[in-house]
Amino acid sequence: MHLPLAFLAALGPGQPGWLENLQEVMRRDVALIIGLPLLGFLLNGAIALWRPTAKAAVSVIGPGVLLGSFGLSLMRFLQLASAWRIAPEEAPVINLWSWIPVGKLQVDFAFQIDQLSMVMLLVVTGVGSLIHLFSVGYMKSDPGYARYFAYLNLFVAFMLVLVLGASFPMMFIGWEGVGLCSYLLIGFWFTDKANADAGKKAFVVNRIGDFGFLIAMFLLWQAFGTLSFKEVFERAPEVLPAGGAMVTAITLFLFLGCTGKSAQIPLYTWLPDAMAGPTPVSALIHAATMVTAGVYLVARANILFALAPTSQVVVAGVGALTALFAATIGLRQYDIKKVLAYSTVSQLGYMFLGVGTGAISAGIFHLVTHAFFKALLFLGSGSVIHAMHHAYHATHRQEDAQDMRNMGGLRTYLPVTAGLMIIATLAIAGIPPFAGFFSKDEILTMAFGRGEHQPVFRLFWAMGATAALLTAFYMARLVVMTFFGENRTGAEERKHLHEAPFIMTGPLLVLGILSIAGGALNSPKWKWLEHWFTPYRLESWLHPLTSAGARIAQGLGTTIRPQEGATEHALVALAIVIAVLGLALGVATTLKARTVPAHDAPAEAGLWKVLYNKYYVDELYERYIVRPVVSLSRVLLWKGIDQGVIDGGGVNGSAALSRALGWLGSRLQTGQVSVYVVLFVVGALYVLGMVAWR
Amino acid sequence: MSLVGPSLAVSAILFTIGVLGVLIRRNAIIIFMCVELMLNAVNLTFVALSLVYGLTGQVFVFFVMTVAAAEAAVGLAIILAIFRHHRSVDLQNINLLRG
Repeated sequence: MHLPLAFLAALGPGQPGWLENLQEVMRRDVALIIGLPLLGFLLNGAIALWRPTAKAAVSVIGPGVLLGSFGLSLMRFLQLASAWRIAPEEAPVINLWSWIPVGKLQVDFAFQIDQLSMVMLLVVTGVGSLIHLFSVGYMKSDPGYARYFAYLNLFVAFMLVLVLGASFPMMFIGWEGVGLCSYLLIGFWFTDKANADAGKKAFVVNRIGDFGFLIAMFLLWQAFGTLSFKEVFERAPEVLPAGGAMVTAITLFLFLGCTGKSAQIPLYTWLPDAMAGPTPVSALIHAATMVTAGVYLVARANILFALAPTSQVVVAGVGALTALFAATIGLRQYDIKKVLAYSTVSQLGYMFLGVGTGAISAGIFHLVTHAFFKALLFLGSGSVIHAMHHAYHATHRQEDAQDMRNMGGLRTYLPVTAGLMIIATLAIAGIPPFAGFFSKDEILTMAFGRGEHQPVFRLFWAMGATAALLTAFYMARLVVMTFFGENRTGAEERKHLHEAPFIMTGPLLVLGILSIAGGALNSPKWKWLEHWFTPYRLESWLHPLTSAGARIAQGLGTTIRPQEGATEHALVALAIVIAVLGLALGVATTLKARTVPAHDAPAEAGLWKVLYNKYYVDELYERYIVRPVVSLSRVLLWKGIDQGVIDGGGVNGSAALSRALGWLGSRLQTGQVSVYVVLFVVGALYVLGMVAWR
Repeated sequence: MSLVGPSLAVSAILFTIGVLGVLIRRNAIIIFMCVELMLNAVNLTFVALSLVYGLTGQVFVFFVMTVAAAEAAVGLAIILAIFRHHRSVDLQNINLLRG
């Protein structure tokens, strides 16, 4: 027996009352873990309203509450680790109060701590803390400093509600809350109309996805009469027939929600625009945490997805297609953040390929490693933009500080950032032993394995592998254009380029270490590694949550056959070859191409033009969806129904009707006493007659 | 011979004359007098029927007369006010409440 396991076992099950003790401590700490960022939001919000110049206090409160939250999460992690194999039914649920007690619909304001939410909890608070620290340096001179940290703290609070909620409506609170914070932070510099529009776009596109989430909840309630995770997942196999229309509809609507929040085809268009926000926001919300909520949702509901193989094919297919599609767009972007944005969309596609294939732990594994290296890439690009911005600011030149054509040769000016960005690039490209290699390889291997029974997954695997090649290519292009070759910033500006302060490079270093070593979380089951790592793999950590889904898959014959021997080795070798080839091609073509500063650059032509313009998808949506909807709203809904039916018929119509009735009634009021008397007599006679001849 | 039957007949005739007067005439004073006539027709009915049913009817007549006296005071005052305002008590000319 492994020594650490024995040590943990001594703390955990077997001791009398350990489950009650776990409940007790969790109850106390969950309130604190979520409450701390919320408190930070209130304090920073108060400062933003009344003392916006008190930056020192904000610098302490903003990152401080997150670090506190992270510390508590780590302690709870150790405690949950002592209950390593705790079954989903036994996982602590912390019921704070009854939220919606309406007839049969009972929703508690409850949180649930199990292995999956613990992984998310650590990622959100851990990576979140680093990004908060980075922001202290990055946003230092911004007048909206306090407001920025208020929003960022609020985001973390909602994100924690999302990952800790014990029922679908609880998750939905967080789901909507992070959407709100995303909107606020994308449009953080709202005086520029483009930024405000980007925020609005993100908000509206997300509403489309949320509609799917809501419908799915209605269907779930119809089928189960409850919305709590525990009951739904426990009873799912008996309530919903496998492969039936109901479970397929539920899962597809859930996935519609995921395509909105996690930027998958067809609702991905908001994410690249979301780069209008400050760069640390892109790192935290639009790379590491919020956009992975959809992956978390599919992983959380893996039992439902296992019951609906059709939906699984859809999820994996959309994931693979998005991975490939977004990667091709990334090939020809010049804005450093846009490249990373499309890269994020593409990597989220991988995650959905993983969870859609049924390899839940592989998808979550990629979520975690991606949070490390993509946060590093975004923060690194933030460091680059920071330097570029200051250089242009010093000489008062109006140039795009984010355009890679204006960069080049930055490694001599920003050595730490350059080194860490290269590490992150190797990680995302899939070079062993960096983190991304293990997670991406596992997803592709799993997709290949499922292809044994369902050949369509072989196609998805091929798409994923092609996307991996493109990923390596565009990332090499990004690094070479930014850090190598000759500097194109300008002779005068060059003197002002400088490395970021330690408060910014420090978090980068931590993320760099995680990007290198993150793969150890779920090392492959290779013989020589097995002895040391296998008991601590992420897969076995998540096993209690995924085992029920895996059993269902076994019954349906959709189970994934692990690849062994020659096939496995061939797949691994192929993955490495693809990564190396992509990097080499990217480096070679980018070095060879003569890059000129943005304002001298010639117009794009041919296929490059299509890619540069992102396949014109935004224009297509604008033309075939947005404009018809707007004109339909204007002509039919506004002019027709609102002004015609509601205003004309309802409001003015009822007024006209009562006026007409009043006019009719007023004809009786002649003012002639005799007429009244006649009417009175007639009435009296009528009453008398009624009495007499009743 | 019982007086009840003829008394009721007389009161019915008086009442009908009163109603017709109210319906047909235009002069407020005459209409007012017709209303009094109707009240007294009812009084006659009360008195006649008290022969059959006991004295309660006669007691009631006193109440009716009291109320009628009060009503006459108020009614005549109103008619007077109308006359001062319009220089006429012809109700056909008084139609301020027309809708």
